[in-house]
Amino acid sequence: MNTNKQHFKNIIISVIFSIISFAWVLPVLIVLFNSFKSNNAIKTDLFSLPNKFSFVGIENYIKGIFNGNYPFYFAILFSIIITVLSVAIILICTSMTAWYIERVKSTFCKVFYYLCIFSMVVPFQMVMFTLSKTADKLNLNTPFTIPVVYLGFGAGLAVFLFSGFVKSIPYEIEEAATIDGCNTLQLFFRVIAPIMKSTYISVAILETMWVWNDYLLPYLVLDKREYRTIPIQIQYLQGSYGQVDYGATMALIVLCLIPIVTIYMLSQKHIIKGVVSGAVKG
Amino acid sequence: MVKNTTSHLGNHQKKAIRRYAPIFLFPTFIAFVIGFLWPFIWGLYLSFFRFRTLSKTTFVGFQNYVKVLNDDSFLYSFIFTLVFTLISVLVINLLSFTVAFFLTKNIKGSTVFRTVFFLPNLIGGIVLGYLWKIILDALIIKYLGSSLALNAAYGFIGLIILVSWQQIGYFMIIYIAALQNVPHEHIEAAKIDGANGMQLLKNITIPAVMPSITICTFLSLTNGFKIFDQNLALTAGKPYNMTEMLALNIYNSFYESSTNMGVGQAKAVIFFIVVVVIALSQLYFTRSREVGN
Repeated sequence: MNTNKQHFKNIIISVIFSIISFAWVLPVLIVLFNSFKSNNAIKTDLFSLPNKFSFVGIENYIKGIFNGNYPFYFAILFSIIITVLSVAIILICTSMTAWYIERVKSTFCKVFYYLCIFSMVVPFQMVMFTLSKTADKLNLNTPFTIPVVYLGFGAGLAVFLFSGFVKSIPYEIEEAATIDGCNTLQLFFRVIAPIMKSTYISVAILETMWVWNDYLLPYLVLDKREYRTIPIQIQYLQGSYGQVDYGATMALIVLCLIPIVTIYMLSQKHIIKGVVSGAVKG
Repeated sequence: MVKNTTSHLGNHQKKAIRRYAPIFLFPTFIAFVIGFLWPFIWGLYLSFFRFRTLSKTTFVGFQNYVKVLNDDSFLYSFIFTLVFTLISVLVINLLSFTVAFFLTKNIKGSTVFRTVFFLPNLIGGIVLGYLWKIILDALIIKYLGSSLALNAAYGFIGLIILVSWQQIGYFMIIYIAALQNVPHEHIEAAKIDGANGMQLLKNITIPAVMPSITICTFLSLTNGFKIFDQNLALTAGKPYNMTEMLALNIYNSFYESSTNMGVGQAKAVIFFIVVVVIALSQLYFTRSREVGN
């Protein structure tokens, strides 16, 4: 009797959560079906589904990607370049550094480690002006050089997460490898790095989400006449820069969401774990 | 965590690793100096100068800080941010805990629900802001005859909705992990003693997940204080800077209306101190709880 009652209760909760879940994705769905409606139809009624009068096919997508004084596919391209390069350099450099710090443990290493932790607390506004000036002076204002800035500002969290894992690797493994004739580089790349695979995945996801979605850092650092990322271009189109084309905006928002949703659906376990591992960041 | 069986690496091996410092250590360290350390120190230094361009700076001592404390727009932003943060911390934590509570009860489809709730967390602040701006504005214009740009109250509520939508899934995950670790025996024992659902929650579950509640409270607190992208995209401070949060206020005093950038830098330093104070009190709270146990 009691289990029956419990069972019934659970079904009710399931139904309620189904409704809430639908409401939760509704904003995304609204943008999705509006991306196929004409500009006027969007303005008059955002909440109606496309019909044979308002449906415009992929016209909004074509307008969004190709129109305007800065083509959107440039922004997509630069976003991809910056994200891939930055995450790659962060993963390689900070994992090596974290291992070095944990194994050598000199005074310099300890100071650097605490500076890394300190940097996690500092809000970007504290350094935004001086950082953009410094980056400008050092020619770090292109998609190919800005990864250095990302490595610098993002090093704290990554070093912290990698060090946490290195602490749990027993020394015996390294000693055995050294006796077998590994030099330090071989030791790191053949022995240590494979052990840290799960941390690499977590850090990669965390940093990818950060760099891909970041707006202010690239906005201040990049030479904006030539290089814009997706968030920068969306801000340009939406901010006070002329008449807003709602259809094109919807299409661009959908284009931004497609890669995120696809990757999320393919590996949500890793992604949730990775993103939540950043919870240490204050 | 695996405990180390040897306490340290042999000196010989340490030396071997040290020789590789130029490869292992220097690249990250140099980038760290460029991307963080130098800008931080320089920023601190510049907060004591009056300047419009870097070619002409004048030392003014604490004058910039005095100006910040007399800047009504900054104080307004500070209070706005504080109120916003307190409300968003409450809303986010209450809702994410409630969701986590129900989703750990063997509900059909709970994995799907988790997936759906977490999704908005992956969307960047700018895209998120415009997505909600379009939807909220359509609703407000249709039913309330106003808009986000005209009414600060709607902007405030819109920001709360936006960050809740973005962050509830994130904190839900942390709470789910915590709830799954509550010892089953305790709950069973309390049930046998005749405790009802409310008593169980109050006396067993909540005390057991208290560390996570502390972590989530502080995380949402710092998140709230640091909000920038969402604020810029949703309201950009409109109307009349009445929905301008701290980070946006600092940004504007640098790049929008600047006669003296030193004031902006002083604001940034104060902002930094506030965030550090929050982080330190978090450390204090989590430490004292560890001792208490």
